[in-house]
Amino acid sequence: MSAAVNGKTNISKELKKAEGINRLVVLPFKKSVEIAYKSIKVRFFRSLITTMSLVLAVSFLSFVSVTNDVANGFLATQNPDLRQALVRSGYDIAPEDTSVGSSPKQKWIIVLSLLVCVVGIVNAQLMAVTERFREIGTMKCLGALDRFVLRLFLLEASMQGLVGSVVGAVAGAIFAIINNFIRFGTVVFVELALLDVLFSILLASLIGCFLSLVGVFYPALVAARMQPVEAMRVEQ
Amino acid sequence: MSAKRNIVRVSKVTKAFQLGKLDVQALKGIDLEIAAGDYISIMGPSGSGKSTLFNMIGGLDKPTSGKVFIDEVDVAQLDAYELAWLRCRKIGYIFQTFNIIQVMTALENVTLPMVFGGMGNDAAVEKGIELLELVGLGDRFQHKPFELSGGQQQRVAIARALANDPSIILADEPTGNLDLKTGEEIITLLKQLSQERGVTVISATHDIKMLNVSDQVVWIRDGRVDKIEDRSELSISVGQVDIRE
Repeated sequence: MSAAVNGKTNISKELKKAEGINRLVVLPFKKSVEIAYKSIKVRFFRSLITTMSLVLAVSFLSFVSVTNDVANGFLATQNPDLRQALVRSGYDIAPEDTSVGSSPKQKWIIVLSLLVCVVGIVNAQLMAVTERFREIGTMKCLGALDRFVLRLFLLEASMQGLVGSVVGAVAGAIFAIINNFIRFGTVVFVELALLDVLFSILLASLIGCFLSLVGVFYPALVAARMQPVEAMRVEQ
Repeated sequence: MSAKRNIVRVSKVTKAFQLGKLDVQALKGIDLEIAAGDYISIMGPSGSGKSTLFNMIGGLDKPTSGKVFIDEVDVAQLDAYELAWLRCRKIGYIFQTFNIIQVMTALENVTLPMVFGGMGNDAAVEKGIELLELVGLGDRFQHKPFELSGGQQQRVAIARALANDPSIILADEPTGNLDLKTGEEIITLLKQLSQERGVTVISATHDIKMLNVSDQVVWIRDGRVDKIEDRSELSISVGQVDIRE
């Protein structure tokens, strides 16, 4: 009896190898993007809140670096009046300095705000995973692999991250320019190093995207490792 | 002859859970053979190990000892990819809580397993509409789950379970969250599909209504198979139940 069973199992093993190519479960990339986009759209308000902490942190980062860009633009003109204006508004510039960088205190605050933002994202995404455990379990019952779930969560986070950090970076830059305009007047627009500002916005956006992915990685891993049997549980 | 082929074979299966310091024996040696094309009900009080057995058959859980064969393939031998393939192509799941994916329309829910199975988008949509018509929701395929009643959601779930022409449909208390009449409709639909398509339906249930359509009823009690009744013997026990009520 047992020999016969083994024989049969072996045959099915052979069959499986022969059909190997057909026996793959797939999720095309385009379809994953579509699903990720839809689940953001459906939970729009929730996604907005998740993204908000990122928007704020990135806009702070962008604000600080664009403000520095403006000051550097002033210094580059070698105009003593502008240098004087900077000193009066609180910049700590030694006579021989030709540029201003972020002070250690500024850097510390930026790092702290980004850290808080990542923790916020982890928290929000963990909640999202718990909320969606039934959906994830169901998908797994329908044949989804761990990496499909991982990919869906990473895609969702990168979409949120991209939009959130671009919005944050641009908003921070605009706010920085307005703030400097109020302090120094129209000279800000004349001496603005546009390339530097664009670079600051780009850098802030990239950092934002990266943070969003870092923040979602652990929650996505939790989601991907969820057992399909969870979908069967009745209690909410 | 093919009707006598065993699609599911459970052999000496035990399952132990660790609840804190306590070892709980949920299953104490189950032997069961299920013929292809049959409509099977697994009955038993809660805590009898019914759900555990059910999850084993569905490849959702692995036994502590013993073996589960689906189509003569030992489930424990499969790796993650093969298991996903099995869930996708061989087994259709129906849940007590419907588990329609909320962010997708009825049609997208039905086509999702086909997408996983590698079917092209157009073909999947065409087949999805066909399946939704089959379960009587032909005009509602663009509806979101929250626009559908419980019975309609369960119909979507049945269409979804049929998406990749599985050989087995596993229904876990499919009527548990439905009222009497809707429950009956769902049972009739399942029975009809099982007959028309030759799908093996295995359902775990408390629902006495299920007994009427079952080819075989497996009673589970205290982690063991209490008795297996064929339909011919069944009318008597149904009568008894009715009398008691």
